[in-house]
Amino acid sequence: MTDYLIRGADVLGRGAADIAIRNSTIVDPELLDPTSSDVEVIDAGGLVALPGLVDMHTHLREPGKEDAETILTGSRSAAAGGFTCVHAMANTAPVADTAGVVEQVHRLGRTAGFTEVVPIGAVTIGLAGEQLAELGAMARSAARVRMFSDDGICVSDPLLMRRALEYVKTFDGVIAQHAQEPRLTEGAQMNEGVVSAELGLPGWPAVAEESIIARDVLLAEHVGSRLHVCHVSTAGSVDLIRWAKSRGINVTAEVTPHHLMLTDELVRTFDPVYKVNPPLRTDADISALREALADGTIDVVGTDHAPHTAEHKCSEWTAAAMGMVGMETALPIVVEAMRDYDFDFGDLARVMSSSPARITGASGHGSLEVGASANIVLIDPNSAHSIVPDDHATKGRNNPFAGLEVKTTITDTFFYGHRVLAGGELSTPHPAGASWTDQ
Amino acid sequence: MKHLLDTVSLSRDEAISILDIAEEMTQVSEREVKKLPVLRGRTVVNLFFEDSTRTRLSFEAAAKRLSADVLNFSAKGSSVSKGESLQDTIQTISAMGADALVVRHSGAGTPHRLAHTGWIDVPVVNAGDGTHEHPTQALLDAFTLRRALGGFPASGAVKDGPRGRGLDGAKVAIVGDILHSRVARSNVHLLSRLAAEVHLVAPPTLLPWGVETWPVTLHYDLDEALRSEDFAAVMMLRVQHERMHESFFPNEREYARLWGLSAARLAGLPEETFIMHPGPMNRGFEISAAAADSPRALVLDQVENGVSVRMAVLYRLLTGREETND
Ligand SMILES: [Zn+2]
Repeated sequence: MTDYLIRGADVLGRGAADIAIRNSTIVDPELLDPTSSDVEVIDAGGLVALPGLVDMHTHLREPGKEDAETILTGSRSAAAGGFTCVHAMANTAPVADTAGVVEQVHRLGRTAGFTEVVPIGAVTIGLAGEQLAELGAMARSAARVRMFSDDGICVSDPLLMRRALEYVKTFDGVIAQHAQEPRLTEGAQMNEGVVSAELGLPGWPAVAEESIIARDVLLAEHVGSRLHVCHVSTAGSVDLIRWAKSRGINVTAEVTPHHLMLTDELVRTFDPVYKVNPPLRTDADISALREALADGTIDVVGTDHAPHTAEHKCSEWTAAAMGMVGMETALPIVVEAMRDYDFDFGDLARVMSSSPARITGASGHGSLEVGASANIVLIDPNSAHSIVPDDHATKGRNNPFAGLEVKTTITDTFFYGHRVLAGGELSTPHPAGASWTDQ
Repeated sequence: MKHLLDTVSLSRDEAISILDIAEEMTQVSEREVKKLPVLRGRTVVNLFFEDSTRTRLSFEAAAKRLSADVLNFSAKGSSVSKGESLQDTIQTISAMGADALVVRHSGAGTPHRLAHTGWIDVPVVNAGDGTHEHPTQALLDAFTLRRALGGFPASGAVKDGPRGRGLDGAKVAIVGDILHSRVARSNVHLLSRLAAEVHLVAPPTLLPWGVETWPVTLHYDLDEALRSEDFAAVMMLRVQHERMHESFFPNEREYARLWGLSAARLAGLPEETFIMHPGPMNRGFEISAAAADSPRALVLDQVENGVSVRMAVLYRLLTGREETND
């Protein structure tokens, strides 16, 4: 493998410095001889270096829905977006509810070689919400699953949720909850508010999310376990999480780029690209979410990257699938969303890399210290361009930010020392094949 | 005006212009040969994803009286679940040479989507989409009200009918299942744009969240509303029996007792208050037989005016484009 000397990048926004990579590890730059033919020198003046991004929430669709995305196309999309580690949700076909399926996902991720794919196990068999899946077997499998979620569906049975929270303490696991009270959201098509009242689309009240979060933080406190709340979307949810944290409850929370940026006013177009679960909310919710991300109440940004084929989005609103893609636009969107807040590149690295790495136990990610694995992203913060979904590596064209002007471009991604994205272009998978983390 | 998708984006002038054209159209319906040659050679496609014989027949009669050819395309159920996408359905119809699409769909926004995706480039008329809007129903209601409140026969040809005016100052109560009613939504926008004073009367469970932001006065109690206001018209909405199984109200008897237009409530109304209903009526539930059959009920006038109003809409959309070429 090539050694790299990245020169003059603004490291975490704290000033220009050099970063050296040898054998997939960050080393002291003094150790590299820039004149050696084994060392590739990259002039990174004007670029910002961050630890490789970690996404706690993606849908890679394989196995079962390979027409929407595969682990390879999803991995390439991740690399293009600066993600060196992504967690793949369990709602595949078959569902990732056994050691066999999570090992398959894990293996396919290693074969793809563009990012570290960590499977998330289902909490319940078949996401049916009735019986615990083999959480222990998944945790002890080669995939070493630590995070479990029925995402797409809420673990709504309070007793089952309690048991899941208790059980994963065996292996320091975490339950990632998709907070959606099912009875309060039957047939729901969009946020319940003044827009849904006018459009006559069945609404999805904020309380359907908040009541589950309230219940779950109390359960997590009661049994002394770890809870992660997926895609927080309302101001009320922020208040509940802030309260829970002030009580010392072990809860972490996530927000998506789209919930930081888009509101339910967009549903007036009836364009299904804006149909998503949880739904786009209001300006007041956006302000609360941005503030919570800045002050740490919300720990991480998760993309909830959800590719769909055109058939599922080129339909009438009510028949369309829910979800948006977002790995390739996440970082630029978060930068735009947080522009007016006290939120620097260090904060960006915190919410998109080090915190998600800590919560999920992704030990190879989240740090630019000497000795850390060389998972690094370089971004150009002054390269205004508008978003063109057709140019993206994901199969999904359901990106809601098409045409939006952003200032940041992801130029380079180093994945365990291999430059999977070079000057904005995807290159080759990691040459160590399926064994890159074992080096 | 390229499409008629809702009333919320209809200006007062546009609405009055359609009502005025509808006045002209009532003359056609009185003729021996009930036909105008204005849309000869044009094809209007009725695309009904949801059954509604009444509305389809009304549009069909309207198109035929303007000498248009009519194709009825019934595509019940979700298009995606049947394996044929909405896009394929529309492009098929486009290939058959449609000049206008009249669309009925169980999902809110489908006509809007058809008008804006570029799959077909013809005027789209919303004939009712989910619980969103039903603009021609609101226009025919406004037409009927304008006639009745102006002291004219509520339907039929009138020599110097009311033209150029709105419904300024008229107090109209809309009673019943507002939440699930596209008729209510279209009427709220249109009647208030025509400067009527709109009152909504319903149990809180059948009002949408956020209804306080609408340009209306709200009442939960029908008797109190009828006591405190002199309504020019009371519009009763159809309530589906299934709603009680979804706990919107306890049972039909209680609903009828609290929100139905009973014979007793009918007797208590001022003499000049008109009664409306978009049909089909649940007699004995939201409206008593006494109210439905009373001389002040405008229900059949509404049906008759529906044809004239839909003629006006088709005329406006299909001939307006030529005007812009002048
Ligand atoms: Zn989810």
